[in-house]
Amino acid sequence: MGFWKKCKGWSLGVLVGAAFLGLGAVQGQLEVIWRKAVMICLECVGIG
Amino acid sequence: MKRLRLTVQLLFTIITNGYVYGFANGKIYRGSLKYACVPGLNCYSCPGAVASCPIGALQALLNQRGFHIPFAALGVFFLFGSLLGRFVCGWLCPFGLVQDLSHKIPILKKKKRLPYHHILKYGKYVALILLVCVGSMFLFGGLAKVPAFCKYLCPSGTLFGAIPLLSANEALQDQAGGLFLWKFGILLGIVLLSIKIYRPFCQYLCPLGAIYGWFNRFSLVQIQWEKELCVSCMACEKACPVDLSPQEISRSPECIRCGKCVDACPRKCLRFCGISTKHTKN
Repeated sequence: MGFWKKCKGWSLGVLVGAAFLGLGAVQGQLEVIWRKAVMICLECVGIG
Repeated sequence: MKRLRLTVQLLFTIITNGYVYGFANGKIYRGSLKYACVPGLNCYSCPGAVASCPIGALQALLNQRGFHIPFAALGVFFLFGSLLGRFVCGWLCPFGLVQDLSHKIPILKKKKRLPYHHILKYGKYVALILLVCVGSMFLFGGLAKVPAFCKYLCPSGTLFGAIPLLSANEALQDQAGGLFLWKFGILLGIVLLSIKIYRPFCQYLCPLGAIYGWFNRFSLVQIQWEKELCVSCMACEKACPVDLSPQEISRSPECIRCGKCVDACPRKCLRFCGISTKHTKN
């Protein structure tokens, strides 16, 4: 019982995280992140 | 523990920024690993970066036309946060490592906090709400929305992205102007301040720390305090770089799980724990 009580918070968080990631992937959000990450981000380097 | 943490920090920084070709040629990695995010603040425009920055990813999603709930970025925060909490800050963040190393420089009398800490500590929530969220949704540069935190504040982008890219890429050097100087000033200020104050960026400005701090109370990785064994010698509080008492350590959003309290406790009543249920009475 103690084990499950202790696991409740973080394991629920992991499940929610996995669900959100899946939802994001379905909506094409990973593609958006990838497209941003493979171009030099001019704002990040202080040019844009 | 101290040596183990430094080794993990160094190894993780090297592995997640291991694209050596990028450093040599002033280019960035463009492979499929960048679909994934690293847990810490690690600019995806660092020539060596092999994965994406979670705060950069959140802003990229908020920068899209219209409003979309940024599920992918939230998923990353929930996954890393629920498993590790601010352990990420203490052990896996490259910019945290830079501040740790600056703090080791043996000049100036060291201080744990800035004056008005109780007010300034909310700066990271302000950065998260105003720059990362509101700024990225409503601040425009021309017709496109801008990632406001990356553009105006992020010192990690300047250190790991701008400086190596500008040193190796002449085309970019010609374009660097006032904005770069502003960001360079912020980086310099934070690095100099971290010689005296312990991790000023993490304590007062980091939006990622603000997010992971919320998960600290229930994340898998915890520091547990056994009240029954404690003799209130306060060795842990003295050792804690962010000045937390043993009662606060396990649940506080400020604890970065550095483990200095665990090392300092003479009675071993503080310890790292995962899913073990032993010694949980308090």
